[in-house]
Amino acid sequence: MGSFDFARDDSFFVMESLDQIKSRIEAAVPGAKIEIVQNGSPSQQRSLLIDNEHAVAIARFLRVDPALCLDFCSNVTGIDWLDRVVKKTTKVKTLVDGQEKEIVETTEEKIPGYLEAVYHLYSMTHKHGPVIVRMRTADRAEGTRLPSFTPIWRSAEFQEREIFDLYGIHFEGHPDLRRILMWDEFEDYPMRKDYREPDDYEWEPTPHDAVLEKAKQHYTPRPELDGAEAIVEPLKG
Amino acid sequence: MSATIETLEAMERPPVSMASRLQGELLEVSMGPQHPSTHGVFRMNVALEGEIVRKLKPVFGYLHRNHEKIGENTSYLGSMPYTDRLDYFCSMTNNWAYALSVEKLAGIEVPERAEYLRVILAELTRLQNHASLLGFLLSDMGAWGTPLMYAFREREKILDLFESLAGSRMMCDYMRFGGCRVDPSDEWLAQAKQIAERFPKFLDEFEDLILGNEIVIGRTQNVGKLSAELAVNAGITGPMLRACGVNYDIRKVDGYGFYPRFKFRIPLGEHGDTYDRLMMRALEMRESVQILKQAFAQVQPGPVMNPKAKIRAFRPPVGEAYGHIEAPKGELGFYLISDGSPNPYRYRVRPPSFINLTILEDMCLGHTVADVMVILGSVDIVMGEVDR
Amino acid sequence: MIGTGILKGMAVTARNFVGSYFEKDRLITVQYPEERVPLPENYRNFPFLIYDGNDSHAGLRCVACKICEKECPPQCIYIVKSDDKKPDYMGKPQFYAKVFDIDISVCMSCKICVEVCPFEAIKMDKEFELSQRERFNHLLLRKNDLAKSNEYYHRIHPVEAASVDKGLADAAAAAEAKKKAAAEAAAKAAAAKAAVAKATETKPSPDAPPPSQASS
Repeated sequence: MGSFDFARDDSFFVMESLDQIKSRIEAAVPGAKIEIVQNGSPSQQRSLLIDNEHAVAIARFLRVDPALCLDFCSNVTGIDWLDRVVKKTTKVKTLVDGQEKEIVETTEEKIPGYLEAVYHLYSMTHKHGPVIVRMRTADRAEGTRLPSFTPIWRSAEFQEREIFDLYGIHFEGHPDLRRILMWDEFEDYPMRKDYREPDDYEWEPTPHDAVLEKAKQHYTPRPELDGAEAIVEPLKG
Repeated sequence: MSATIETLEAMERPPVSMASRLQGELLEVSMGPQHPSTHGVFRMNVALEGEIVRKLKPVFGYLHRNHEKIGENTSYLGSMPYTDRLDYFCSMTNNWAYALSVEKLAGIEVPERAEYLRVILAELTRLQNHASLLGFLLSDMGAWGTPLMYAFREREKILDLFESLAGSRMMCDYMRFGGCRVDPSDEWLAQAKQIAERFPKFLDEFEDLILGNEIVIGRTQNVGKLSAELAVNAGITGPMLRACGVNYDIRKVDGYGFYPRFKFRIPLGEHGDTYDRLMMRALEMRESVQILKQAFAQVQPGPVMNPKAKIRAFRPPVGEAYGHIEAPKGELGFYLISDGSPNPYRYRVRPPSFINLTILEDMCLGHTVADVMVILGSVDIVMGEVDR
Repeated sequence: MIGTGILKGMAVTARNFVGSYFEKDRLITVQYPEERVPLPENYRNFPFLIYDGNDSHAGLRCVACKICEKECPPQCIYIVKSDDKKPDYMGKPQFYAKVFDIDISVCMSCKICVEVCPFEAIKMDKEFELSQRERFNHLLLRKNDLAKSNEYYHRIHPVEAASVDKGLADAAAAAEAKKKAAAEAAAKAAAAKAAVAKATETKPSPDAPPPSQASS
């Protein structure tokens, strides 16, 4: 006892803006394609969408660059974006019968689904952050491959395994990519938005909505008791 | 289970021949999930040479209930009681981290009194978490009963406070987006103040009881050493990181809540061994008492809830936010993506004790089985949070 | 000297052991079934439904709006709305819950149902000795099990119940005052109209409502 010191240094550095970081990465990693993803919420946390090919080089730059020194990868997570249709309405001026008219045109744009991995990077040396980096897979079925950041930040090890387990993103270069929370024989990816849980309904006295529909397939509805749609437990034995 | 066999097959093993049985062979032991010292249902596949650990692979998932999926299927408010069940020792800080993230996502202001109450409750949580951790750690070392019961005696006083304020000892469900649920009475504050002021007496006693004990020192010093570089790289946070001498505390760095208004110090370790980790908790409790004293002196009457914050039909704007706080176990973060609907599109928990387990193997290699339990105890895990 | 730390620790345990005979602070065990710690005012366990007066059906405050059913995080509430209406505590005809079940094996005592209820109809109970011999039906509380009187509520949560009653009384008084004011204003308007009609000595236009209807 008594040999313990207390922290004396409470200073922290102000990080450069995301646009500056973007241009510095582009200068340092030739050929890197970076896009700033806007964020509409009041949190104002914008992120960098980086291309998978140069991802490891970009990550290494963020880690070792003396001004940034993002040595602490706090949070790694996956997101599932399903196929979606974005409707765009544009007003187009056209000549109809010699008169100029405004016509509202609706164009539908199909955006194929993809999986996304998001990394929240902080610096323990300079005490600043976060720089949010995201990568997208080509699609949701075959091309769910992304480079792993575990060789750069050890903290991504379990979290990337978790993403592999729950979302099915294969991280290339991960030293030990196995299922972590689900058992090894499990086949689906439960955190995906289109995951359907298996029909392992267990009897419960007050089923609702979706559970009720499921319950009806297994048990008989309660006879005219009080109008309730509850389900009767089968007689045992 | 075949999972075990595959994992162990993957480990490099010397070839076994009938002639050389038990000579230089690694013995594979599955420690847990039903092990008294694994703090829940946690399992480690350990390869032993004699009594020395040569390989260790943690196995998770026995308490997995897909908390994140539940969060995506529930409204923003409905997830609040579920966060209590993450780290069930510290439901107040879990509530705070989640409320903070949602407040960031939707841009909600929190009234002054509510901010003070949050600090008070978070520090009380830190006190009871660290006290019971020290008790459990000694229990793992074989000091069965006495230190744990002394710690629980103090913890119970704080839980009684939580019960009389929030209605429940452990599942408090106390904070809301834009404030707190109940306004404590002056008697409650006076009682809490008294408990905080008497806490150092317990700390003195506890330090007399264990921290000078030669057996404790012998069991913990130079056991499970962790270098600062590895700790930073592996994303270790909380007292475990500061035991390695890295000055990183989100209360200081982020200055969330009203922490910049308080004077407190961050204890730092030197060696990064189990003894330092144990001492970090003991020293942090004293700093928490200091914060509490200042908070009780500063808290003023006022509203505890932002009247503009909606309880029902709450729909934050489209966007995302990551909020994190310094929970007793480390950095607890919530990452939320809103698509404008009443449920979050993505609800992610960054659990500190899960990520702190990343380097469990590195810390345990070369130590004996008995030390593995001590090292694991000093990591301070709660399976509700690890497996989610 | 080696061993002093251990002796120091032994002294602490000895002090606690001897002290437990003299200091109340050190003897903290409560012999539970015989001895009980009083529950704090805010203690919550499982929800129950409040009724006013003596009749658990007529006085039940719940109007089957299903807000609690929708907001309940573990979905443990099940409500079937009635077909007919009955007067509520304000005298207004309202629907009532034909079925109101709470599965307390699922309920996690979060108190969100109480927070979202606009009618002060559901509150938290303090009953915690609820062990049963059967897992499903015995832990499923029906409307009759859940309905408890306002007096019971006052007994378990005196402070909270008093403020709720005051709020309800204020709301009723405000509603009454509003009704009265509206009636007065309507009467005044009708009188003014009648005066105008009299002065001009013309028939009121057919689409204007007759004064008797306007004042009702």
